[in-house]
Amino acid sequence: MNKVMSNKLMITLYIFPALFLIAVLIIVPLILTGYYGLMDWNGIGSMTFIGMENYINAIQDGAFWDSAWHSLLLALFSTLSLVIYLAVSMILASKIKGADLLRKIYLIPMLLSSVAIAQLWIKVYNPANGILNTILRGIGIENPPSWLANPDVVLYAIFIPILWQYAGFYILIYYAALKNIPESLIESAKIDGANPLQIAYKIKLPLIMGVVKVTIVLAIVGSLKYFDLIYVMTGGGPSGSSEVMASYMYDLAFSTNNFGYGSAIGFLLLIITLVVTVIIRRLTASKEDIQY
Amino acid sequence: MKKMKAFTFLAAGCATAMVMTGCNSESSGSGDGGGDGEQKTIEFMHLWPEGSSKDHYDIVNDIIADYEEQNPDTKVELEVLSNEQYKEKLQVTSTSGELPDVGMTWPGGFLEPYVDGEMFAPLDDVLDEDGLRDSYVAGTTEAYEMGGSTYGLPLELNVAQVFYNSAIFDEYNLEEPETYEELEEIVSTLQENDVAPIALGNQDRWTGSLWYMYMADRLGEDNLLNQAINGEASFTEEPLVNAAEKTQNLAASGAFTQGFNGLSDQEAKSMFMSEQAAMYLIATWDLPNYTTDESVSQDFRDAVDYFDFPTVEGKGNQNSYVGGPGVGLFVSEESDVKEESKDFVKYFSEEWGEKSVSDAGVIPATKVNTDNVELPDMYLEVLDDLNNADNLTLFADVQMSPDVAETHLTAIQSLFGEEITPEEFAEMHDEAIEEDE
Repeated sequence: MNKVMSNKLMITLYIFPALFLIAVLIIVPLILTGYYGLMDWNGIGSMTFIGMENYINAIQDGAFWDSAWHSLLLALFSTLSLVIYLAVSMILASKIKGADLLRKIYLIPMLLSSVAIAQLWIKVYNPANGILNTILRGIGIENPPSWLANPDVVLYAIFIPILWQYAGFYILIYYAALKNIPESLIESAKIDGANPLQIAYKIKLPLIMGVVKVTIVLAIVGSLKYFDLIYVMTGGGPSGSSEVMASYMYDLAFSTNNFGYGSAIGFLLLIITLVVTVIIRRLTASKEDIQY
Repeated sequence: MKKMKAFTFLAAGCATAMVMTGCNSESSGSGDGGGDGEQKTIEFMHLWPEGSSKDHYDIVNDIIADYEEQNPDTKVELEVLSNEQYKEKLQVTSTSGELPDVGMTWPGGFLEPYVDGEMFAPLDDVLDEDGLRDSYVAGTTEAYEMGGSTYGLPLELNVAQVFYNSAIFDEYNLEEPETYEELEEIVSTLQENDVAPIALGNQDRWTGSLWYMYMADRLGEDNLLNQAINGEASFTEEPLVNAAEKTQNLAASGAFTQGFNGLSDQEAKSMFMSEQAAMYLIATWDLPNYTTDESVSQDFRDAVDYFDFPTVEGKGNQNSYVGGPGVGLFVSEESDVKEESKDFVKYFSEEWGEKSVSDAGVIPATKVNTDNVELPDMYLEVLDDLNNADNLTLFADVQMSPDVAETHLTAIQSLFGEEITPEEFAEMHDEAIEEDE
């Protein structure tokens, strides 16, 4: 075995298929997107080279920064909600009755396609006969808001299904990590007189810190490039108040046939996501993983 | 064991998800390929799959079968895709120079990049042959015109009309309005009786645009709206600002369904069709819902009627319509069988008119003699309206270039939501049009 692994040819042979696919499907299109960003191109006719104009326009484009702000807000809320997911998983992992069933119930939204979730929540939010406003009227609120029509609330109204959609995913990850903690550690802590809060905070959390860091990166990167639910539920409207970076890029490229500018936005989205990821990795980096 | 359970659970979920997402796969078989050296093959791509538009699909096949019978040397090979996939494929094949010989295009802004890239062939010679041009309803072929040449033969035509539920109107002794002021009366009567007056799903934005377009068409009288869109006049001219203001006031008065900016057109339609709203401004592509569609209750279909958009402040002409041709046929500039393709599209357009209206309920872009066809009354009325139309103002988002259209649509949503003033609305348009030129 060692012989095989030290053979350069063998290493190349084993690595090549995956590397080739990644290069062709991801790296090359990435470079091409950056390149199209330098062009004035409607996606159909011929391209004209215009240098950095698209990128400069994008940086001065208020609508782009609005959408970027919305994406960052989503990232912030997704990260904060991780605390709730963590709490839920800790409860589930602590041998309560029906934990198994509950875990499966939490997982259901993850099994639905985004479009189905969007359709479901459009019905929930329907201002006239949606379930939410019906309940609100039932408890005596005269004029419940039109959730998806009011520019002040629409963004938050969409965040809720997005967070709901991914809850099961993170709960599953945390649950698996928590289950890996040796029972003996918790037993001995109990003997030493630690209360459940202390066990959670001082023992469980540090032990799964590595997993928590990964989920933070996943949540933030996922939020920054989030697209599908928003596109189906509001299309970024009304008047751009629920536009995020990815939906703005889509609108530019496909609704206004401005592929050059759309590509530039797409490339900026990549850069922003990369920068944020690096920052997060730095912030959460610690010298060594804790082990007991 | 526990693992096993979780696994089956997951698998069942995945299967459900796959069923939900995977139901749009369409097969598009295209008969037997091949043929001897003499035979010419026209590739024809259209967007009416058998599954979702069976009537259209059958008519196309009929016409092709007749054509092949009359022209034994020519074979038409079909490729059928549904709407969005069609648009995508058209775009991809255009960049790789593999456009089908004949296909379908939309007018106005959609056409522009293809014409700029010299991918579609001008069809004026076809239109001038045998007076084909005169058989079209005024304003339809013009929508496919660019730089003096026509690049598409329109097949469908849709004009927007205000549909209303006559059962609700009768209940409150209301009558079809002829002036906008009468319409305002109707709205307030309905509001007093807690009936939602007008269904509107403005999340789609073009729906609200219809209201503005009609208002501007009436108030702008002599084509001011079209001039403004072409950049020859300003949107800040008084009649057009007034139109925006009137539209905004109508929205502010609560005439439209609550939360209209967050509702899709589909939701608004279902409100109208479940008799929760009295009126609904939509184009004639919805006619089957109100006439022939058996899945809609007979009572409702009997109750629905329509009126032409009223005059506003005594201005405008009720015989002027906001509308636009839907898809039309194009011939690829690069085609190896261009002459045959032109001959085919001509034949197709001639055959399409009567067949489409009687078999599929499509209002064709060609004039139809209403004496010859058996149709529900509402169809006959619409066809008569079109035969007598004085003017056709194209849908804004069809007429404008994609950039301007996007600005227009966003501005419409903001105007309805009272986030901008009518003056700002006008300025946004002027700026976008100026920038575009």
